[in-house]
Amino acid sequence: MTKSLLKSREIVLAAAILVLLLAIASRFPAFVAPSNLANVFNDTAPLIMLALGQMAVIVTRCIDLSVAANLALTGMVVAMLNTLFPGLPIPVILFVATSLGALMGLANGLLVWKLDIPPIVVTLGTMTVYRGIIFLISDGAWINAHEMSDTFKAFPRETILGLPVLSWFAILTVLGFVLLIGRTSLGRAFFAVGGNPHAAVYTGINVGRTQCAAFVLSGALAGLTGYLWVARYAVAYVDIAGGFELEVVAACVIGGISIAGGIGSVGGALLGALFLGIVKNALPVVNISPFWQLAISGSAIIIAVAFNATSNRSKGRVILKKAEHAQ
Amino acid sequence: MLANTQGIENVHPPVTQDQKPVLSLQGISKSFPGVKALSEVSLELYPGEVTALVGENGAGKSTIVKVLTGIYQPEEGEIAISGVPVTFPTAQDAGKAGVTAIHQETVLFDELSVAENIFIGHAPKTRFGLIDKKEMRQRARDLLDRIGASIDPSVLLKELGIANKHLVAIARALSIDARIVIMDEPTASLSHKEIEETYELVERLKAEGKAILFISHKFDEIFRIADRYTVFRDGQMVGAGKIRDVSEPDLVRLMVGRSVDQVFPDRKPNRGPEVLRVVGYSHPTEFEDIGFSLRKGEILGFYGLVGAGRSEFMQALFGITRPSKGAIRIDNEIAVIRSPSEAIRHGIVYVPEDRGKQGAIKGLPIFQNVSLPSLKNTSKNGFLRLAEEFRLTRDYTQRLDLRAAALDQDIGELSGGNQQKVIIAKWLATQPRVIILDEPTKGIDIGSKAAVHEFMAELAAQGLAVVMVSSEIPEVLGMSDRVIVMREGRIAAEFEGDDLTPERLVRAAAGISEVAQ
Repeated sequence: MTKSLLKSREIVLAAAILVLLLAIASRFPAFVAPSNLANVFNDTAPLIMLALGQMAVIVTRCIDLSVAANLALTGMVVAMLNTLFPGLPIPVILFVATSLGALMGLANGLLVWKLDIPPIVVTLGTMTVYRGIIFLISDGAWINAHEMSDTFKAFPRETILGLPVLSWFAILTVLGFVLLIGRTSLGRAFFAVGGNPHAAVYTGINVGRTQCAAFVLSGALAGLTGYLWVARYAVAYVDIAGGFELEVVAACVIGGISIAGGIGSVGGALLGALFLGIVKNALPVVNISPFWQLAISGSAIIIAVAFNATSNRSKGRVILKKAEHAQ
Repeated sequence: MLANTQGIENVHPPVTQDQKPVLSLQGISKSFPGVKALSEVSLELYPGEVTALVGENGAGKSTIVKVLTGIYQPEEGEIAISGVPVTFPTAQDAGKAGVTAIHQETVLFDELSVAENIFIGHAPKTRFGLIDKKEMRQRARDLLDRIGASIDPSVLLKELGIANKHLVAIARALSIDARIVIMDEPTASLSHKEIEETYELVERLKAEGKAILFISHKFDEIFRIADRYTVFRDGQMVGAGKIRDVSEPDLVRLMVGRSVDQVFPDRKPNRGPEVLRVVGYSHPTEFEDIGFSLRKGEILGFYGLVGAGRSEFMQALFGITRPSKGAIRIDNEIAVIRSPSEAIRHGIVYVPEDRGKQGAIKGLPIFQNVSLPSLKNTSKNGFLRLAEEFRLTRDYTQRLDLRAAALDQDIGELSGGNQQKVIIAKWLATQPRVIILDEPTKGIDIGSKAAVHEFMAELAAQGLAVVMVSSEIPEVLGMSDRVIVMREGRIAAEFEGDDLTPERLVRAAAGISEVAQ
């Protein structure tokens, strides 16, 4: 049963994360101290948020490669806005970042929906376009910490109940997605469209519009993360989060979200992101070169995909007579 | 002329023997779980002659083609080529023995050139073992010339139309020196001009001494190009002989016969007021001027050959495609349907023909498949209520006698018949006024078939208007109050009551005039 398989896949991934943590703890107990784990989580928060948006897109049989560029462009725009109008309150910044991101997601979605261009081509294109726009508006210059206002930089670091705001955003996104995916008709439509687009059409679902909605969602989260990222690192420039889109897709794939669409879960995306986050944070601690990190993430992706491929293989029709009797 | 069906059934292949058959099948039987697809059938093909294989859908024509091409293994019987017994354990073996099939949908490679398609697997090689492209192109051109096809061997296959793709498939058959060519409804999806070219091609193949098995539903072409006929019905060979010894009505009678093992629910027509009226529905390429009226509690059958435009019209009625002209009235009010969601809102639902592709959403559990179009009703304040979805699913699947381990089981794990029940349950849950069932029992086992028929009768009795597209004559006759026959995108005839006979349906669908009788 796909459902229980998916559950068991999440359990496998959770167990892998536990084993990973135990292995690290056996040599560096400090790594698993609650405060450090909270740090690791906070560090992984942007990846979690983007992976969830990406999950919605991938489930509808699309892919969004423009998320990192979207994040960087939105980050640059809000940073410039902050240098021009230092008094702009944070809610306005959040609103601008989310809407700008959503708008860029809408551009992707409309190209996929109305012009029927393959999503990988659309987002590969817009990825480059968005990066290019950052260069145009900033002239390639950096916006550094001293140019940003203190409230602008401080917001993601403020702590509520012991956790930084950035972590809370990731938690809220996870909760929001649990509701959206499990309890709304849009969430259900994502899976219907990805599971069988033809049948979805015959059921009265507008496939293009549903895919477009997934892109808008992914874009909005990328935009929101863009502000949090730039404020947290207190710097904005053309190349921030370069290559981050691949990490986001990797988190989804490790989390068992099928690239062929229709299969995936919020828990999977979350665990996939956490797995990558822990690997990334643990390697410097155990004194392994960061280049190994790439190799390890890469292997994790291949292992995860191989695991999914074997568990998703359909039984097919039994044609051989002897096989039929053997059953 | 033969007086009755019984008379012809006992006629054996004529023993004229001016020629020996190049291929003969004797006593071939093949069964599938629950179905006897072929029961001791025999078939003979003669060199330089076209044998038409005639029969209703489900008569066993496709099964015999698969036996001949090594895809199915018969349980009993003997295949002999030029008198020598052979077996075809695989498709390659059939090919080596000189049997080749040209399917409705050709199995060729779009991105390869015509020459590469013809010679794939047996391309001429140079001394160094590389493919000799020049030689290959030259031989491809020779082959194409031989069948009178003006196709450039170096163009990519995808640039050709269906008719030309058939020609390439035939050139390929010639290139492997096939002696037996099976053509499975080669003209079903062709235009008039292309059909003429196909006939010419068949003549050429005959002249080359090939034995041709020609499967067709079209009587005009059978009488035009075939030399012999073989009729299948319900997996049995019920007649064979020379075309010049048989008349159209005889062939129709043989083909239709009577169906003994299918029992249809006894129902009393209970027609209420009109719910749907379609006027002058037209589409630039698929259908023209379709108009009819449908009443509450009525089952309206749509009969026709494959490619007559029935499904295409239904898709337009459901808003998948848009008509160029025409209007719909629902409960006497003008309705505009531009998308499936609008059709559903107007109470028109469509159970498509291709269950796997268009119906079931695999990966989603049964209850989510059922609730998908009804989520507005099962959710509250924008949030889904799973308990409501379960209740809805339980209500409707129970009425259909669904056999499933649990309602949260993946729909992909169900049998075809049970998947069909889930899809019908999905639409009933939207409480429609008109339900369109496109080939509702195609490819499902007899038990499920009866359940679906039973349920259709029940729905009609409850006042639902049912439109049933079906290519199975017994089903059309057994279930419909009224039947519209479509041919080449237009309504060819409408029958009701005593006019509703198998012969009339077949004639109207094939375009044979009544006068011929």
